[in-house]
This record gives sequence, C-alpha cells and structure tokens, in this order.
Amino acid sequence: MTTTNTNSDNNSITAVEIGKPRGGPKVRTLRKDKWWIQPLLTTIGLSLFVLYGIWAALRNGDYFAGLLSGTSARNYLSPFYSPCVTHGCQYTTVPIIGTWYNISPAIVILIFPMGFRMSCYYYRKAYYRSFWFSPPACAVTEPHKKYSGERKFPLIINNIHRYFWYAAVVFAAILTIDAVNAFRFPNGQIGMGLGTLVFIINAVLIWLYTLSCHSCRHLTGGRVNLFSKAPIRLWFWKKVSVINPHHQLYAWLSLIWIAFTDFYVYMVSSGMIHDPRFF
Amino acid sequence: MADLNVKLWRGDENGGELVDYNIEAQDGEVVLDVVHRIQATQAPDLAVRWNCKAGKCGSCSAEINGKPSLMCMTRTSVFEPGETITITPMKTFPIIRDLVTDVSFNFKMLKRVPALKPKPREADGTYRMYQEDIERGQEFRKCIECFLCQNVCHVIRDHEENKTNYAGPRLFIRYADLEMHPLDTNDRLSLLQDKMGLGMCNITKCCTEVCPEHIHITDNAIIPLKERVVGDRYDPLVWLGKKIFRKSKAKTTVTE
Ligand code: SF4
Ligand code: SF4
Ligand code: FES
Ligand code: FES
Repeated sequence: MTTTNTNSDNNSITAVEIGKPRGGPKVRTLRKDKWWIQPLLTTIGLSLFVLYGIWAALRNGDYFAGLLSGTSARNYLSPFYSPCVTHGCQYTTVPIIGTWYNISPAIVILIFPMGFRMSCYYYRKAYYRSFWFSPPACAVTEPHKKYSGERKFPLIINNIHRYFWYAAVVFAAILTIDAVNAFRFPNGQIGMGLGTLVFIINAVLIWLYTLSCHSCRHLTGGRVNLFSKAPIRLWFWKKVSVINPHHQLYAWLSLIWIAFTDFYVYMVSSGMIHDPRFF
Repeated sequence: MADLNVKLWRGDENGGELVDYNIEAQDGEVVLDVVHRIQATQAPDLAVRWNCKAGKCGSCSAEINGKPSLMCMTRTSVFEPGETITITPMKTFPIIRDLVTDVSFNFKMLKRVPALKPKPREADGTYRMYQEDIERGQEFRKCIECFLCQNVCHVIRDHEENKTNYAGPRLFIRYADLEMHPLDTNDRLSLLQDKMGLGMCNITKCCTEVCPEHIHITDNAIIPLKERVVGDRYDPLVWLGKKIFRKSKAKTTVTE
C-alpha cells in the first residue's frame, strides 16, 4: 500500500490564522438559564464532603462498633478507617504501623481513595468547572487569561489515575469484606442489623463506582482494535461500557453513602443510636 | 398569536450590534423559520447559512440565547411567551457577516489528520473486518460537521492563541475513529498529545452537551484517546511490558 499520510507538505494550507475579529456582543455569556446552579451545587456538595471527611478522619474515635477483643469477629468498622493498619486502632485489620504512630489511623489510608477521586475523570470535570471555572458552564467565558490544560504540573499528575484504580480495587475488596463482617455479631453470632444493610449498600456503590471508571474501561478493552480476536476482552469491555455512562451518578452516590456509613458507625459506636437488629 | 421578539446580530469584521425584530409568531416553527421570515419581510440583506432544515447538514449552527445550537432544530415553542430570543453567530470562529462565520479552521485541522493507512491485504486480496471491530467508530461517523462542539470548547473559545495547536473535539472523534480502526497502521498518539492539544482538553464535556447528534465525544473518543496516551507515555508498567515482550506494534508513528 502506498497511502501517504504526512501532512508536512501541505502545512501552508493548514496554517491557522489567529486573531481575526469575531461576531456577537462582547459579554461573558448570553445564556439566560440558571447556568450557575450546577457549579454552585457541585461546590457545595464537594465542600460539604471534604469538611465531613476532615472531621471524620481526625475524629480518631467511635469508628468501630462491635466486639473489641478475642476472635476476629466484628461488625461495623467505618470505611474511613478500613483497613485499620496501626497498633492504636480500635479494631486492627493488619498491624503494619507500630505503636509510635498515635494520630488518626484514617490518615494513613485515606490518601488512596482521595487520590482516586481527585484524579477521576468525572471529579476532574466537576472541580475544573466548579472550583476553577474552567469553564464554569458551557458557553460561559472562563476568567483565566492563560490556559494550558492538563499538560503541566500539577494537573499532568492526573494521568496516573489508573494506578489509583488498582488501589481502589483493593479497597473495594476490603469494603466488601467489611460488609460481610457486618453480618458477624459479637459472640460469634450471625445476624443482620440496619448497619449491615448500610454496609452492603456501601460496598455495592463502591464497586459500581470503581468498575464504571474510564481507566477500568480502557483496561478491559480500550486498547484493542481487533475485538473479533479478543472475545473475552470484548465481553468485559461491553459490560463496563454499560455502567460507564452512569459513572457520575455512582461517583455522587458512593461519596454520599460512604460518609453516611461512617456517620452511622459513629452514631452506633458513640451510643447515640441503637443499631436495630433484623435477626 | 403573540409576537416574537428577536434580537439578531448584524455586522461583519468591522463590528456589529444586536438589532431588534418583532415578528408574528406561528405554530410549529423552528428558529430558522423565524430567521427566514425576518429575512423575507424585514431584513433582505441578512446573511444566514443553511441547507437542509433537517438537522443533517450542519450549516445553521448559531448561538440561541447564548446556547450553541442548530437553528433548524430549536423549536420556538421552547421559549416562554414574550421572551426575547437572541441569536448570535458562533463565537469561536471569525465573523463573515451577520450569522455567518468562517469555519475553515475546522477543515484545516481535518487536513492535518494523518489518513488511514491500511495494513496489507489478506492472501486472497481482500480486507476483512468484523462488526465488533468497527462498531465503536460508527458513532463518530454520525457527525454532521456542525462544529458546535468546536465552537463551545473553551480551549479555543476563550483562548484564541490555542487555535494553532488544537484539533478540537470534532477532530478528536476523527482521530479516535482512525486510531480504533481495525485495519489502520498509523500511530497518531504522539501527534495528538504534542501538536493537536489532546492534553489541553480538560474533559469538562461541553462538546458532548451541545452535539446535536448526541455523540459521546468525551466519554467515547477523548477519554479513550487520553487513556491510550497514558499507556504510551505515563504508565511505566505498559512501557516495561513493551520492552520485555518486545511487542512491536507494527505501526508507523506519525508526528506531523
Ligand atoms: S471536553 Fe474537552 S474537547 Fe470537549 S469541550 Fe471540554 S475541553 Fe473541549
Ligand atoms: S461531533 Fe457533534 S457537535 Fe461536533 S461537529 Fe460533529 S455533530 Fe457537530
Ligand atoms: S474513577 Fe472516575 S474515571 Fe476512574
Ligand atoms: S439547516 Fe441543515 S442542520 Fe440546520
């Protein structure tokens, strides 16, 4: 085949002239609808979560409700503190970090889910629009003079999203174990309380969020050009492609629910409420 | 029926203004009908580009109350009675006159796209492709080249200087289509990242929001391309894998 494909020879025809006058009034936007509502809601929602997260992470107490000693049986460990990896934990999953560490164990692990969400394609859109106004809404002029996209530090770091995804899968697995453990009640009994349900929903939402990730979609088959030769990857890719369009929804649901799960554990652990038991 | 209050941008490269028109409303009309009636009755010199009046030729792109839209696909019934309808030309491209802009930028960017370079034919002299191999790209071929996505993209809408090295969403779907093509052997990823501004896009999805063909530009073209670039450039594991297994891609890297 002799298809030529370089365009270097016609660079002159493809040269773009810039700075020619544009039409329309010189205003920020002509939109009349309430375009600012969405960025506003996003800002409020994300800020509330961050504030809650700081409170939850620094609380360093009341993040576990269940059997404190003896068997590995336990029920509710807040997802903000799971896995609990320090000796000082109210419930230790694996004691990786020794007794010298005496601030909140949440801080050690939260870096992973935080990095995952910070570099998530959806949250990127959300914070670029709502916190950075780049742009605040479609066809609304952004306030910045210069713009370099995601090509420079620090935003270029977002390209490592898939590594956070690997960690996120581990975390989703751990939260699933937590949900299973939420069926185990003190004294080794199997039971189910309202909290168990809260934990199951939490695990399901986290999985939906994690598996609908764009990097996950890429990993399953994004690189494949010949799906006819890769039927298994095609199968996985198609499955992920079903949930991927709802990624934004899962991002919010799982965010709200993980905070609620933590708060539920806090309420039970601090004695504010009594966890209603189904059986 | 009540009257429609319409503000139209009138002007050329030397400047212009919004001019008010008042015209009787009629049932079942789209904005393009109204513009045509204004042209027929009140402003015979009004410049407006259109062809199909069916949302398929992509000529009648404009901004209606600030929203990039096709005039022929925007019904007048969506406006409140008495509401003023403001129609302006696409903001991102140079003005020619009134509602008509010079969209040649997009065709220049199209010319820069390295063409399909198919792999050799099979032994019997044919090419074979299966439905599942070409399915992903079919969505991209629904594009009617209205350039509303290019117009709304803040990378060039708000930063004229970026135009020299920015293909834009319409062309990103073209690149995606070719990159995912089962027969193609060109590798355009470096070109995309270095000279076509793929990394400039911050996936804020306005292109997807305005596309009249509802092409999932960001989710199905831009992000998959970004992920491919990540694999090539920023993922040490993929890089290592390629070194160890010497997976030659049998691809030609095009950088111009
Ligand atoms: S998603 Fe990217 S290409 Fe689309 S409008 Fe936004 S910045 Fe432009
Ligand atoms: S991708 Fe959609 S918005 Fe962009 S030019 Fe094609 S049809 Fe128009
Ligand atoms: S988690 Fe949102 S794209 Fe990966
Ligand atoms: S006139 Fe053809 S798309 Fe509107």
